Amino acid sequence: MESVNHLETSEMVLNMGPQHPSTHGVLRLVLKLDGERVKAVECVIGYLHRGVEKIGENRTYTQFAPYVDRMDYISAVSNGLGYCLAVEGLIGVEAPPRAQIVRVIFAELNRIASHLLWLGTSALDLGAMTALFYCLREREEVLKIFENYCGARLTTHAFRIGGLQYELHDTFEAETRAFSEMFKKRLDEYDQLLTNNPIWIERLKGVGILTAEECKSWGVSGPMIRAAGLAWDLRKAQPYSGYDQFDFDIPTRQGADSYDRYLVRIDEMRQSLRIIDQALEKIPSGAIMAKVPKVLKPPPGEVYVSIEAPKGELGYYIVSDGSLHPYRLRVRPPSFINLASLEKMAVGALVADVVAIIGTIDIVLGEVDR
Amino acid sequence: MLETIKRIFLLDLLQGLWVTFKMQRTSNITTEEYPKEIPKIGERYRGAPRLNINPDNSETLCIGCDLCAKACPENLIVVGTERNKETRRLDLTYFTYDLSRCMFCGLCEDACPVDALELTQDFEMASYTREGLIWDRQMLEEGPRPTKYTR
Repeated sequence: MESVNHLETSEMVLNMGPQHPSTHGVLRLVLKLDGERVKAVECVIGYLHRGVEKIGENRTYTQFAPYVDRMDYISAVSNGLGYCLAVEGLIGVEAPPRAQIVRVIFAELNRIASHLLWLGTSALDLGAMTALFYCLREREEVLKIFENYCGARLTTHAFRIGGLQYELHDTFEAETRAFSEMFKKRLDEYDQLLTNNPIWIERLKGVGILTAEECKSWGVSGPMIRAAGLAWDLRKAQPYSGYDQFDFDIPTRQGADSYDRYLVRIDEMRQSLRIIDQALEKIPSGAIMAKVPKVLKPPPGEVYVSIEAPKGELGYYIVSDGSLHPYRLRVRPPSFINLASLEKMAVGALVADVVAIIGTIDIVLGEVDR
Repeated sequence: MLETIKRIFLLDLLQGLWVTFKMQRTSNITTEEYPKEIPKIGERYRGAPRLNINPDNSETLCIGCDLCAKACPENLIVVGTERNKETRRLDLTYFTYDLSRCMFCGLCEDACPVDALELTQDFEMASYTREGLIWDRQMLEEGPRPTKYTR
């Protein structure tokens, strides 16, 4: 009889989520662990599935607009912009110049709000708690501008097909300028707080490397691909809504790791401020709504429009059969496709690094599950 | 050399701590004391719905055209009308608005041709029951009456 009882060493399966504070929602990760090392990752999604694409087939084009806000609820304005541009492409209408510039301002304000929430929560995941409070405080200013403009803070429904529903409120320019002034200083403070912080660097540098080649083959877009050194930004590559009128840079980094993704997002907020400042100077006067029929009946056909949402390429593919409802509506959500690359980055990493990697992918489960 | 000094004295960490320390100033506090102080809400805020009444003769402004019910993505508005034989106009018999399904998109407000239905700045509309969230005409005209709590 064997008398020696060896210590059993086997893989441990660990369920991370669906209710885990640092999976940013209801994401469940099935981790196979060998000690502290991750051997395999399986993403289980669908806990927040609401069937948005199917709902789209049962609503008219105008009625579906509020639902797109509820996919990526952190950047509802960008979602609305993409949807409006797609339907406008289907019916062959272009928003008036004033509406386009206003849309750009709101989309950029929303990019800042989205990146701020990302910065706050992912810093919180990694143990830097104070950053969350500062980021949310600044985000609140953006949300106040949204509330004063369209009456809602988060799920804004700010744009309508063909232009804007609401004229700019009187204090809009002053509010936005004040925010822009204040936020430039705040960004420097975040830099002071985190960029050179040795703990922050140790946690992020060299963690979750995804090279440009891998980014391309996984279809990753947004700040992740720019952190890998590829200057790919749809605002420059295929300008929409008048982005070609503005002078801004595409921030890129070469490291392709989590730390560079953080730096790219900070730089992007600076560029967004540049765009906002330029746009405030040249809001043209004129109509805010193009001539759009009350009952929308687009001609049969299909359209794919993609925009640069804060998280990456957000695309809408709409097929019309000439009736009141879309025949098929498909969304290409950036965070769903970026999340697919998690396995590539997390296998071989430490458990603690998985938190950092999920954090810097910047996912919103409302958009992943739809 | 400089790197070593930075490393020993944790200068970069201290820089961050200095930011945290600066935020201790009371002018940097932005917390809203909500139940004590009612927050300032945007003029265009889309909150609780209200069915406006004409202040001159206290009759409803609603003409019963059913456009709001048709515009609603969730089909939560039900408008009941009756043809008045004398004036040949539609009289409003009932109007229900299911707040439990409402997402405050404002499409009904946009659709209303006479500005009768309006989303107001009221935001305190919690209820203990699901039925309490289905507002009838009287509730819509009077608006929510949240309980005022005092110490």
